Amino acid sequence: MTPYNVSDDVIEVVRSPSPSPVAGAYRVFGETLRGLKTTFARILEGTTTIQYPEEKTPVYPRFRGRHRLHRFEDTGLEKCVGCSLCAAACPADCIRVVAAENTPENRVSAGERYAAVYEINLSRCIFCGYCEVACPFDAITMGHDYEMSDYTRSDLIFTKEMLLADAIERTPLRREGE
Amino acid sequence: MLPLAEVNYFEPWWVQIVKSLVIFAVIFGILPILIVYERKLLGRFQSRYGPNRVGPFGLLQPLAEIVKFAMKEPFRTATSVGVLFRIAPAISIITAVAALAIIPWGDVQHIFGQRVGLYGIDVSIGPLYVFALGGISFYGVMLGGWASGSKYSFLGSMRGAAQLISYEVAQSLSIVGVIITAQTLSLTGIVHAQEGMWYFIPQFAGFLVFLVASFAETNRAPFDLIEADSEIIGYFTEYGGTPFVAYLFAEYANMIVVSGLAVTIFFGGWLLPFGIHPPGWVDPFVVLAKILIVFSFFIWIRATLPRLRYDQLMSFGWKILLPLATLNLLVTAVIVVS
Repeated sequence: MTPYNVSDDVIEVVRSPSPSPVAGAYRVFGETLRGLKTTFARILEGTTTIQYPEEKTPVYPRFRGRHRLHRFEDTGLEKCVGCSLCAAACPADCIRVVAAENTPENRVSAGERYAAVYEINLSRCIFCGYCEVACPFDAITMGHDYEMSDYTRSDLIFTKEMLLADAIERTPLRREGE
Repeated sequence: MLPLAEVNYFEPWWVQIVKSLVIFAVIFGILPILIVYERKLLGRFQSRYGPNRVGPFGLLQPLAEIVKFAMKEPFRTATSVGVLFRIAPAISIITAVAALAIIPWGDVQHIFGQRVGLYGIDVSIGPLYVFALGGISFYGVMLGGWASGSKYSFLGSMRGAAQLISYEVAQSLSIVGVIITAQTLSLTGIVHAQEGMWYFIPQFAGFLVFLVASFAETNRAPFDLIEADSEIIGYFTEYGGTPFVAYLFAEYANMIVVSGLAVTIFFGGWLLPFGIHPPGWVDPFVVLAKILIVFSFFIWIRATLPRLRYDQLMSFGWKILLPLATLNLLVTAVIVVS
């Protein structure tokens, strides 16, 4: 076995020939001017900032924001029948459904049963959209709202009434081709 | 015995006091506006707005920041050296403000039958006065770093002092060409000598050297490795609150001084091109507008060039700027004599 020779591992780095002082100074000066031109072009271009609280980024139609529960438009009955399939599908385990029977006096949903309690803990939700896929009646869909920050964790547990209600401020939707 | 310097003044003492108060108040009123202007312009260079939330157009941003700084706990390290730690920022800001005294804002005017020169004082040693105060301002850096009692601050102040000293040489040599052309050291005299042509055309090499050295003297990008906010530690690491604001204001006051010096020496002070002679009260605004243009160029450079490495900084100062300034001086001297 041949002894280890350190110089075998040394690789010569190929460098371009260093310019003469005059050429180097000229190059530095020229490149500086080119840089100044580049930054000045940014002023002429204008800004790309979105002034967030006043101006919101429009979302795509399939954007998965906060959940919405839906009613039938003609009868006003809730679409949700309290089957808990969404809760079963939820990987973050953030949906809680307690079902109750519909009675002729108190008819809430179109099916046999309805969701007496429907809560989504948005501090746990990962916005995967599995609940929307699992729902056999399209009762729950993912909305477009993304402004959900709050001061306490308990405020982030959304109840059925909050999920059924329209958003206070609607998130702008991205136009075709935008 | 020769006098140290001839000071031309003919106003009564109260006019002198009023003049100094006006210059001080105007400059310190402008400083916060310049700070917000810099941040907004820098934002535009980077395709963003800059501060626009506090007050109309974000103009109250510096006020908010000063209030924030003033509310801070006056912290000092246990190893800091009492008095020196406190007076170091004061030295920085005093030298910066004192240098403002000789920037000429206009010619001698007749106000209420009184001859008033629109400048603090007109000394016969002009630029030397600025460089002398610049020399004293090293103590603000050195003492600040040393009295902090922190090794990093100390190393930062050493680095800073080395940078300031090496670039002061090139800066002072670069304007000697102008001085021997104008045959005077008085700044008003230099402005009067530029009535035919502003000196940045015949003294272009000197102008470039002066400009580059000024960036280093005022710790501006690309030579801002005295403070080097993001990676290495500068001399005012241990400072917070109002002493830190003092350093910040000293830096911006120094920028006004250097811009004013550049305007006075190379851009004809209060003179306007194409033979326009406005009335005397316009002169300070002309100087102010020119200073603002030079200041904007400082910001433009800051938005463009990345920071130099320390050895590059040193070799650039001593191997390129100093020979260039000397060559400019020699060529000018030969032309003036022959």
